[in-house]
Amino acid sequence: MNPRLYPLAATIAIFLLAWVICVTQFPYMLSTRVAGNLLTDNAYLGIVAVGMTVVILSGGIDLSVGSVIAFSGVFIAVMLRDTGLHPISVFAVLLVITTGFGAAMGWLIHSLAMPPFIVTLAGMFLARGVAYMLTIDSVPIDHAFYDLLDDAYYLMPGKGRLTLIGVLMLITVFFGIIVAHRTRFGASVFALGGGEATARLMGVKVGRTTILIYAFSGLMAGLSGIVFSVYTSSGYPLATVGTELTAIAAVVIGGTLLTGGAGFVFGTLIGVLTMGLIQTYIVFDGSLSSWWTKIIIGLLLLAFILLQKGLLRVTTARVAV
Amino acid sequence: MNALRRVTPQLLTLAALVALVTVFFPDFLRIEVVNGRLVGTTMDILKRGAPVGLLAVGMTLVIATRGIDLSVGTTMAITGAVAAWSITQGYGLGGALGLALLAGVAAGLWNGTLVAIFGIQPIVATLILMTSGRGIAQLVTEGRILTFSHEGMAFFGSGDVLGIPAPALLWVLTAAGVAFLMRGSALGMLIEAVGVNRAASALAGVNATVLLIAVYVASGLCAALAGIVATADIRGADANNAGLWLELDAILAVVIGGNSLMGGRFSIAASLLGALIIQTIDTGILLAGFPSEYNLVIKAGLVLIILVLQSPNLSHHWYALRRAAQSRRETAMASAKETGQ
Amino acid sequence: MLLTIRSLTKTFPGTKALDGVDFELAAGEVHALLGENGAGKSTLIKCLTGAFVRDAGVIMLEGEKISPSSTSEAQELGIGTVYQEVNLLTNLTVAQNLTFGNEPLRFGMVDRRAQLRQAEKMLEGYKLDIDVSRDLSTYSVAIRQIIAIARAVALSGKVLILDEPTASLDAREVETLFAVVRDLRDKGLGIVFVSHFLDQVFDLTDRVTVLRNGQNVITERTADLDRVQLIEHMLGHALKDDVVGHAKTHKAGGEWPELLKFDGFGRRGHIDPFDLSVGEGEVLGLAGLLGSGRTESAELMFGLAAAQNGAARDANGVLDLSSPRKAIAAGFGFAPEERKEDGIIADLSVPENIALAMQARRGWARPIPRAEQLRLAEAYIEKLDIRTSGPEQPVGDLSGGNQQKVVLARWLAMNPRFLILDEPTRGIDVGAHAEILRLIKQVTAEGMSILIISSELDELIAVADRVIVVRDRRHVAELTGSEITTDTIVRAIAAPDRDMTEVLA
Repeated sequence: MNPRLYPLAATIAIFLLAWVICVTQFPYMLSTRVAGNLLTDNAYLGIVAVGMTVVILSGGIDLSVGSVIAFSGVFIAVMLRDTGLHPISVFAVLLVITTGFGAAMGWLIHSLAMPPFIVTLAGMFLARGVAYMLTIDSVPIDHAFYDLLDDAYYLMPGKGRLTLIGVLMLITVFFGIIVAHRTRFGASVFALGGGEATARLMGVKVGRTTILIYAFSGLMAGLSGIVFSVYTSSGYPLATVGTELTAIAAVVIGGTLLTGGAGFVFGTLIGVLTMGLIQTYIVFDGSLSSWWTKIIIGLLLLAFILLQKGLLRVTTARVAV
Repeated sequence: MNALRRVTPQLLTLAALVALVTVFFPDFLRIEVVNGRLVGTTMDILKRGAPVGLLAVGMTLVIATRGIDLSVGTTMAITGAVAAWSITQGYGLGGALGLALLAGVAAGLWNGTLVAIFGIQPIVATLILMTSGRGIAQLVTEGRILTFSHEGMAFFGSGDVLGIPAPALLWVLTAAGVAFLMRGSALGMLIEAVGVNRAASALAGVNATVLLIAVYVASGLCAALAGIVATADIRGADANNAGLWLELDAILAVVIGGNSLMGGRFSIAASLLGALIIQTIDTGILLAGFPSEYNLVIKAGLVLIILVLQSPNLSHHWYALRRAAQSRRETAMASAKETGQ
Repeated sequence: MLLTIRSLTKTFPGTKALDGVDFELAAGEVHALLGENGAGKSTLIKCLTGAFVRDAGVIMLEGEKISPSSTSEAQELGIGTVYQEVNLLTNLTVAQNLTFGNEPLRFGMVDRRAQLRQAEKMLEGYKLDIDVSRDLSTYSVAIRQIIAIARAVALSGKVLILDEPTASLDAREVETLFAVVRDLRDKGLGIVFVSHFLDQVFDLTDRVTVLRNGQNVITERTADLDRVQLIEHMLGHALKDDVVGHAKTHKAGGEWPELLKFDGFGRRGHIDPFDLSVGEGEVLGLAGLLGSGRTESAELMFGLAAAQNGAARDANGVLDLSSPRKAIAAGFGFAPEERKEDGIIADLSVPENIALAMQARRGWARPIPRAEQLRLAEAYIEKLDIRTSGPEQPVGDLSGGNQQKVVLARWLAMNPRFLILDEPTRGIDVGAHAEILRLIKQVTAEGMSILIISSELDELIAVADRVIVVRDRRHVAELTGSEITTDTIVRAIAAPDRDMTEVLA
């Protein structure tokens, strides 16, 4: 097997193992209901993690996404409350804003030659600050179109609900797979993650690519915000605090190298589902406390970071001999 | 003289901020003595700024080595939980403080080992503890807010010495102590050398590995002190919220202090001024009657300004400006001398 | 002429990297570009590939003036380059690397199957039988080089620059690579070949151009030169008499009490085990071409790489040289060749840089007082004529030569018993050059032993009491006293198979 596939294989193996453990203890977890809920509950996370995967593949990081999701929810809620615009037009405006926001961060990262970490930290403050300025309260969304979105699901055999947002997440992942693995833009992303100097030598337009990468992440965060607002039927500026960390964790547990250049969008989906599965297990168990989720995720992070580090050493050592 | 010039931009910013807030809130600078305590908004800022100030001390050292420590907020939660737990278990004040500091050292050793020995990027290495640390803290508190009633412990949050709030005193003393240690010994220079060029430093015989681990331990210790203050303040350990996002404020304080994220030259005093600037904005916005929501936007603006100032792409531009200013100064001085003679 | 370069000039702060260099390349020719580090080879190539913008001079490709401003522009003009290391992305597949930027698209997506076909087609004629769908990292450096060549030829197709392409290849791989290069030459490409392996130059190239200190030395048909001539052109009389000073009287060997002894000291892949004895107050010279193992010998002695065989001893017994710290504790010092990467701490001031090693030895708890640092700095600023605008100036702002003097000062201040200097005079002006040579004589007169590695033979001849010649990662000859002449050193470096006794005879 290609060594590049090891982390992905590990991700899938861990997910299957976790699933088997869950099912042997709680056979009900095999049901389509649990599966449907897993997709629905993690839809917003899965979408934003797709954007994060592309950013991390390029060797960057985007700390602003949690705040952008919160901003999106608040923006939608306030627009629907105060204007007569249809949700679809509000969505369109929102996506333009978040994509532009991401592009602006990418432009700053490139033109100032400053670490993405600190630039997107400023973006994080800004997005949440603007969300606060729109409202400090939770604003409920009450619109016929939202009821429609909420009720849109396919009843699977076994009464599991395959919701619209769950399907949207799967479509987004598919879209992300195409973008990252099947386009010239995706190739440039991998090239940047492999090394900026070499990428430049091979003809990558570094500035343009960087702007596009963060614009893509912004677009995904906006989309995730829409999904989150459908999921919660409200907009709240304090929502999704720390989601950027959860997304980064999902990407790494999904087998993507945190320093960039190697990984799979599909792995991120598995990473998101693994984390969701751990949470579901703890809910089912009832006696276990929720903090175990964080500790297990931390351990998984450590394991994957060390695995990647080890792989890097193994491959370079073999070539050197 | 040099040290003063180094912190001039931060001092000017702080002065401007204070002046601005005073315009909106004339009583801002007033300090009264009530029941033998100094009471006033400035005292409040000094007290509330303690956690970020303490974290910024350790963070300054870590950033000087071209690293970053994302885990300080969760380390605060862990150490706070350990302190509260030891108090409720009856280990006494000394035991509680000792165990909390020990937890901070352990966190620092963990991070430092991953960075210096395993060679994992600091941002990645410290992310692990950042993600799982709150879980560990909740493990200690068993998910509850672990409250205690122990006056000795509470002293670190709400006590005072000669009228000065204990947290304020603690962070000023810690900062002064660390700054003195850095500049009184060769540690400061060695840390700067490792931050600028680890390979060359190692070649000159500097023990870069040990130094790197040491700065993360220092950061863990500072986080432990901050955790003790936070716990003592509310007389309980809140694993979920103690130190939440304070790592970002600490990094911001260091960056506002003009310390480069690329490592090298550092100034603890400047970082502390940065922490004070953040706290003054926080408090000032509240006092001036603005909604606190403006806070984050202003922080974002500050980061942006600093990014532009520090950008390597623009640095030759600033360098040219500086040189021009310098030569102007020199000619001015020369002409002043001439007229003097 | 395919490519013509006339009086190309490029200046960096403090150094003139290229000083009116001419170069010609015909179609169907392999043209070697030779010179030691700092001779100007890489600057010339970077001007050619658009990485640097030249200050003056003309570049003509097929009679047209060109001024490429980026690598991709040079590529489109027809100039492709293959570097020693950073060429391709090891985290992508072979096919992705080959087709990068020109991937076949279908409905806006990369057509994987067409991509594989296109890649296989690009590799046709290179006699490679590899699976292009696998990661580049799974193939050896030699195969990667050929893939890089295939990509460069497909994209550019007129001029191919090979910059040290064989540095990490074994003999068989080199032969495979050369077959490819000859094939391309016969197809009419002009090929510039940069290498420090003289055997390969004679084996492969049609013409040779030698640069030294940013100037042309010669351009000659390879067949009309022999190794000795070529090495003399590369290393020969580069120094003016005023640098070397008066002729040196070499003392005969064995006049110094023995200070250190290395027995069978070696490490696989670095340097074959060697025996070396160092006398107290002796100046040892290490001569050899770039990549011969001269720097590797020094790195081994200073603990930068651990020795696998042998041991080092002094009068008191075996020395632990397993790390730089241990080596320093044993009284060693090392001023490395790459002073920017391994020498200076750019942001720190001159006094701090000078005091750094001393401070590291004293430990953090006993700081060197500022006044003492300043006194030290002032002494060396004066002694070595370091040009600074003030003691607070960051070393990074100094010129290259002054940075080198700061590193030297750092070690002289330590007063080591054995100091290794790797190319201590590269890129510094004539006055400073003479000054450093004078200084070496002065400190050795006071009992310090020095090992000096240099590409300038005249320099070695001027200061060294004994010269060790390194070739192919082996210490092959030891010259003392009157044996130390340009002629004997050059012949020792050049003679691949000749018996050394014959050289000395």
